Amino acid sequence: MTREVLLRIEGLRIEGRSGDTWSEIVKGVDLTLHKGEVLGLIGESGAGKSTVGLAAMGFARDGCKITGGSIMFDGIDLRRATEAQRRALRGKRIAYVAQSAAASFNPAHRLIEQYAEAPVIHGVMARDKAEKDAVDLYRKMQLPDPEGIGFRYPHQVSGGQLQRAMTAMAMACRPDLIIFDEPTTALDVTTQIEVLAAIRDIVRQFDTAAIYITHDLAVVAQAADRIKVLLRGEEVEEAPTRQMLDAPREEYTKSLWAVRSFARPVQPPATAAPVLSVRGVTAAYGKTVVLEDVSFDIHAGRTVAVVGESGSGKSTTARVITGLLPPTSGEIVFDGAALPPALKARTRNQLRQVQMIYQMADTALNPKQRLRELIGRPAQMYLGLHGRALDARVRDLLHLIELDPDTYIDRLPGELSGGQKQRIGIARALAAEPRVIICDEVTSALDQIVQEGILQLLTRLQDEFGLAYMFITHDIATVRAIADEVVVMQRGRVVDAGHKTEIFTPPHQPYTELLLSSVPEMDPDWLTRLLDSRA
Amino acid sequence: MILTRIALGVGLLFVVSLVIFWATELLPGDLATQLLGQSATPETVAALRAQLGLNDPAPVRYWAWLTGALTGDFGVSLANNRPIADLIGARLGNTVFLALYAAALSVPIALTLGILSALWRNSIFDRMANAGALGAISLPEFFIAYILVLWLAQTGFFPSMVRINPTTTFGDRLYMTFLPALTLTLVVTAHMMRMTRAAIINLMASPYIEMARLKGLSPLRIVLRHALPNALAPIINVVALNLAYLITGVVVVEVVFVYPGLGQLMVDAVSNRDIAVVQAIALIFAAAYIGLNLIADVLSTITNPRLMHRR
Repeated sequence: MTREVLLRIEGLRIEGRSGDTWSEIVKGVDLTLHKGEVLGLIGESGAGKSTVGLAAMGFARDGCKITGGSIMFDGIDLRRATEAQRRALRGKRIAYVAQSAAASFNPAHRLIEQYAEAPVIHGVMARDKAEKDAVDLYRKMQLPDPEGIGFRYPHQVSGGQLQRAMTAMAMACRPDLIIFDEPTTALDVTTQIEVLAAIRDIVRQFDTAAIYITHDLAVVAQAADRIKVLLRGEEVEEAPTRQMLDAPREEYTKSLWAVRSFARPVQPPATAAPVLSVRGVTAAYGKTVVLEDVSFDIHAGRTVAVVGESGSGKSTTARVITGLLPPTSGEIVFDGAALPPALKARTRNQLRQVQMIYQMADTALNPKQRLRELIGRPAQMYLGLHGRALDARVRDLLHLIELDPDTYIDRLPGELSGGQKQRIGIARALAAEPRVIICDEVTSALDQIVQEGILQLLTRLQDEFGLAYMFITHDIATVRAIADEVVVMQRGRVVDAGHKTEIFTPPHQPYTELLLSSVPEMDPDWLTRLLDSRA
Repeated sequence: MILTRIALGVGLLFVVSLVIFWATELLPGDLATQLLGQSATPETVAALRAQLGLNDPAPVRYWAWLTGALTGDFGVSLANNRPIADLIGARLGNTVFLALYAAALSVPIALTLGILSALWRNSIFDRMANAGALGAISLPEFFIAYILVLWLAQTGFFPSMVRINPTTTFGDRLYMTFLPALTLTLVVTAHMMRMTRAAIINLMASPYIEMARLKGLSPLRIVLRHALPNALAPIINVVALNLAYLITGVVVVEVVFVYPGLGQLMVDAVSNRDIAVVQAIALIFAAAYIGLNLIADVLSTITNPRLMHRR
C-alpha cells in the first residue's frame, strides 16, 4: 500500500557561508515522503540533516542558501513560491519541533499563548477554541496537569515536559508534515523514552507524516518507517527500517551500527589507598539541599564513572571536589589529608592536583587566546615554567594529544574542530600535571567517531601517567567502555555504587535497572516491548 | 525583591545627601564673612553666624538640613534671602515639563526607529536612520539649537525665546517650548534608538526566533511579539538614563532659549556662591537620577517572567 506523495525533494543543493567563502553543505539530496509516513534522517553532525529538514519547509538558516534542486510539497513548488506563500504553509501544514525546547520556547510568553499563536494567525481556529484544543493535546501528550500547565512560563516546566509541549504546539494546526529535529537528544534516557513514546503515538493518531532527524540510530529505529543515512551532505543509503537494521549495505552505515568498538580492558580492583575520597558530603545552594551524604573513592590509574539524570547532583559533586561549592558537611580527602572546603583556602599545589575538563569545549576555551597561551598558562602558573622551557612543554603536550605542534601552536580555538577543541581541554588539564582529572560530560557534544578518539586518548594518558578520572556522564555506553567503578546518583544521593561488572550484572538496584533499561536498543520493537513490560 | 531595590535606592539617596553636605563643608571660607563682605565688623559676623546656625556642630546642621529638605523646606537663599523652595518650585516644574515634553517626542521616535531599523537591518532605511541619529548626537547641543533657531525661528514658525509664566496655557507652552524640546529630542534619540536596534538584533539569532519564523509569523510580528519583550530590560535602562539626563543636563539648551529651568538656576547659584541653593538642586538632581533608575529596575523586573514567576 503506497499512499500519495506528500513531499518530493530532488537534487537539493544548499550552500553555507563560513567567513567569506561559500561551500556546498548539501550536495544533491533526493527525498520522497508519502502521506502519514515517518522518515528517519540520520548522520553525524555536519551531515546536513537539519539543513535538509528545514529545506523541507522552504527555509534556509541565515548564512545558508538553497542553490539547486526542487522541493515540491503537495503540489506546491516551495522554491518558486513567494515568501508569503511559504509563510502560509509554515506552522499550518508543515510544523517544526526543535532540539532544545527550553531554548525554542519564547521565555516571555506562557506556553498556551505560544500554542495558540499559529492557529490564530493562520486562521485555523479562534483563540478560545485553540486554548481548549491545547489542553486536549497536552492531555494526549500525557503532560501532568493539562489544564494548568499551559499557563506556566517555559522556565517553570522541565525539559522533557517542554519537549512534549512543543510537539503539542507543532500539532496545533494538525499539519500534514512535522520536522522533528533531534527532539530527544538533549534529554535524559529515562525522559527520552516518555517523549519518544508520546511523539510516536500522536503522529500515528493524527496520521501525520514526519521527518525524524537524529544521530542516534536506536532512537530513530523506534519511530521511523524508513531510514535515510546522510554523510557530508550526500545520501549514503536509504531503506525500510527493519531492512536497514538487519542488512545495512554500505560500509559507513555498518560503522554506525558498531556503536562502540572501543573498550578499555577490565582492570583489577585497585589495592592502593585512594588518591581522592569524597566523604559524607552534603551540600546546598542556598537553602536547597542538592547533595546528601555522598561518598566514594577515586584510585590512581582508575576511572570512576558518575551516572544519573540531569539534576541528580553529578556536576555539583564535581564543584564540591574542586572547592567551587564548599559543602555544608563532609570532606574531600586528597592523598590522606582533608582539603580545605573553599577554593580560596587551598594552596596552589592543592589546586594543581585536581583539574577539570568541561562538556562544551567551545565555551570553556577563551576564544581570543592562542593554544600556546591556553595550554601554557597552567604550566606557567602551577609549575613556574618560562620562555624556552614553557614552549617545549606546550609542544610536548600538543604531541600528547596527537596534534602537530608546528601547525597548531599559534592557532585560535575558532580554527579547530569540535574534537580538536576537546583535545585542547585535555591538554590544558594535563599541563598542570594533576593526579585527578574530572571529566564533566566531555564526549556528550561530540559525534560517535570523534567520541571514540577522545576516549582512546584519555585511556592512553591514564595508563601513561596513572591518572585518576572522575567521569561524569549520562551515556551508559561510555560507562561500559571506560569505567572501572560506577557511582549511580539520583536526586543528590548515591543510590548504587560498585565495580563496573557488579553494576552491570543483574540483579540491579531498581533505579539502576530503570536507567539501564531506558537505553535505546537497535531493535524497532524495543520501545513497544519496554512500554508493555512497564505497563 | 522590588522592595529591596526600593530600600537600596532610598539608602543610596541618603548617602548622596551626606556627600553633598560634606562636599560643601569642605569649601574654604566662612559663609557669614562672604555674605557681609570684607568690611563687616567681627560682631556682625558673629551675630550672623549665630542667626544662620553656623556655630552648631556639622551633624546637627546636617540633620536640620535633611529634615527640612524632606518636608520641602530647603532654607533661604544666601544671595537674596528668599525661601529656596519658592525659587526652585516654579523652575522645577518648568524643567520637568521640558523633560517630559522631550521624552514624549524622543522615546516613541527612538523606539519606532530602533524597531524598524532592526526589522530592515542593513537596508537603506537602517543606514539612513543610524547615520541621522549619529549625526545628531555628534553635534554639540548649542549648535543644533542655533541651527533650529535659524531654520524654524528666523522663519517665524516658532519663537526662539521661551517666555512662560504660571498663567500660560498648556497649548501655548507646548508651542513655545517646541524648539528646546526638539533640540533635546535630537540629542537623546540616537542612544535609545541604537540600543533598541542592538538589543533586538542580538536576539534575532535565538532559537525561539527561528521557531517563530518556522511557525509562519510575519517579520513585524516576530520583532514586536517575540524579540521586543525579551529586549526590554536594556532598552528601559537606557531610556531611564536619558530621561535623567533630560532633567539634569539641559543647562546649555536652557541658556540658548532663555528657558527658566533648574539648570540656569544652578549655574547662577554657583557663580553667586549661593551654597544653600546649590545643595538643594544637587539633591534634587540626585533624587531624579536615583528615582528614574529605580523605576527602570522595577520595570525590568516586572517585564521579566523569570523574575516575576518563580518556579
